[in-house]
Amino acid sequence: MTSSQPIDTQNATATANSNVPLWKQQDAEPFLKIENITKKFGEFTAVDNISLDIYKNELFCLLGGSGSGKSTLLRMLAGFESPTSGRILIDGVDMAGVQPWKRPVNMMFQSYALFPHLSVADNVAFGLKREGASKHEVKKRVAEMLDMVQLGHLGKRKPHQLSGGQRQRVALARSLVKRPKLLLLDEPLGALDKKLREETQFELINIQEELGVTFVVVTHDQEEAMTLSTRIGVMNHGVIVQTDEPHDVYEYPNSRFVAEFIGSVNLFEGKVVEDQPAHVRIDSAEAGGTLFVNHGISCAPEQIVHVALRPEKIKISHNRPDQTENCIQGVIEEIAYMGSLSVFKVRLPSGKEVRVTQPNFTRHMGERFTWEDKVFLSWDEDSSVVLTS
Amino acid sequence: MSISTGSVWVDGSSSRMQRYNIFRRVNWGRFAVVAIPAFWLGIFFFIPFLVVFKISLSETAIAVPPYTPLLEWDLEEAYINLKISLGNYLYLLEDAFYLEAYLSSIKIAAISTFFTLLIAFPIAYLIARSDGSRRALLLALVILPFWTSFLLRVYAWMGFLKKNGIVNEFLLSLGIIDQPLVMLQTDFAVYLGIVYTYLPFMVLPLYSALEKMDMTLLEAAEDLGCRPAQSFFLITLPLAIPGIVAGCLLVFIPAVGEFVIPALLGGSDTLMIGRVLWDEFFLNRDWPMASAVAIVMLIVLVLPIMLIRNGQGKGEAI
Repeated sequence: MTSSQPIDTQNATATANSNVPLWKQQDAEPFLKIENITKKFGEFTAVDNISLDIYKNELFCLLGGSGSGKSTLLRMLAGFESPTSGRILIDGVDMAGVQPWKRPVNMMFQSYALFPHLSVADNVAFGLKREGASKHEVKKRVAEMLDMVQLGHLGKRKPHQLSGGQRQRVALARSLVKRPKLLLLDEPLGALDKKLREETQFELINIQEELGVTFVVVTHDQEEAMTLSTRIGVMNHGVIVQTDEPHDVYEYPNSRFVAEFIGSVNLFEGKVVEDQPAHVRIDSAEAGGTLFVNHGISCAPEQIVHVALRPEKIKISHNRPDQTENCIQGVIEEIAYMGSLSVFKVRLPSGKEVRVTQPNFTRHMGERFTWEDKVFLSWDEDSSVVLTS
Repeated sequence: MSISTGSVWVDGSSSRMQRYNIFRRVNWGRFAVVAIPAFWLGIFFFIPFLVVFKISLSETAIAVPPYTPLLEWDLEEAYINLKISLGNYLYLLEDAFYLEAYLSSIKIAAISTFFTLLIAFPIAYLIARSDGSRRALLLALVILPFWTSFLLRVYAWMGFLKKNGIVNEFLLSLGIIDQPLVMLQTDFAVYLGIVYTYLPFMVLPLYSALEKMDMTLLEAAEDLGCRPAQSFFLITLPLAIPGIVAGCLLVFIPAVGEFVIPALLGGSDTLMIGRVLWDEFFLNRDWPMASAVAIVMLIVLVLPIMLIRNGQGKGEAI
């Protein structure tokens, strides 16, 4: 009922533009516009000249390690910190000098920050009461919200009587009940155990789609970012290093930092020996040969670059595969059986260790590998990425 | 009764076992830890209380000690005489002076407690919000006056407040007043003395309550549309209630029975039960009456407070 309108607008935009996401449309107006935001704490620059556009109905993840500035950026959106320089526009309105209690934004805190002296229902009702909603209205909307997070029966409990997962839902309900235009979530699933986290991830996406609220999520968990988000902004040292859809961030990292931060990766250092528009050859002493990559790069001749190769893209075999490019030899040093897949650490003659993962297709693997086996590693020419930075 | 119902459920061998275990499970270390303070309270609180209660049931006499014995016996004449006098308590009810003294004490203590709370709250809040070394320093400053004798500090206030004292001299020299203010020997001086003396007892429990509070709660309140003042009344204050209750009790109870401050700073018309007690003991040498005053004060003050605390404890447990 409450959500019917946002869904309609979402559908309207989607059909009108034939399913091209908003961030890929040239003329689309961003819902949240961050312009050259910098935040300094004394000498320390927490956020360094970030510009970012986030569109309506997006679920945008700010992904980074601790101290990367992601939380500071989020707190500036909520209004708890004011930027040293730069502008934040929400739905076209400049947020400079707008106090937290006047912003069309709500936040779900990492610690949940539930009021311990109020019941679950009163926690959820808190924001509505401040708005001056009528008693009847408050009651109705709190009940709706608690039903949505499946806590309708626990309204009378105090927060300390709930489990971690239930508290997380209360926090979510409380932050959504005012129907904010923009919801900020600080490590929303961080305090949950792995299984609960996986379930809640999908629930969060469903709720976001149902209500049509724009979400900005801060997380250090790359898996969480990958499953949740429409786009990811990878942050490091106060800067957004790469902004892309999850698939692109994983498959086409633009720097060594992103490649290593998201998933695991093998990096081969090498020198560019052949630089063509459609392919490059890189001479790598670490890999023990020439690597062929089928995309062009812009670089100086003889520049030192890194070839990034995901472990699951590598094929491992006892016999020499019938391909001349991208085939190297090594010795299995370690094997880790992880149920759904097996991880091999293969030592190359150069001393470089290569990580290879193989899905366990069948119970009895066709080809058995064991320690000290001499193996060939090979991959397709479009599997690797050349990183110049 | 309970044994017979128990035997329905528990067969002989296991109930023997339980008895055996209970005997063995007495934790002597824990017993000793509890016994020491219990012993201390018994010797220095409970027994003196009984002695005072006993004296309150006797009558004045010109003797040493100056009251009639409760129990008299003569083995040769073969009599035991137990004489319980309720005259002191009846007199307390009859003479309006005592009721007035009680009410006046409670009034002075209540007003002082209120102002102590008003002053202590911002101090405690500041300490709870400051970080690390600064917090330690501020806490030390709160406790610092205890290094000096309480009596000495009250005398110091006399020096401040008297007619040619520091405050008057200062105000006169600035030309704010042309005549010295009468501050000493007024109720104002008593309030000032009590607030000053008991401030740390209010600050410390408030601090410990506020320090536990998660600051993100205030951010959450602001995020949900609260102005800072609103979030103070809706979040900070309710969460500080245990500290407020503890601090108010720590100030109110001793303030009611306060003797030194009204005696030194108050005027002759400052009526407090502590002074009445002193006068009964040392001027009238009426020990039984003084004891009765003390016992009634205990009943009037401590019983309701104990009941409140008890109720609160249950409320929090749920």
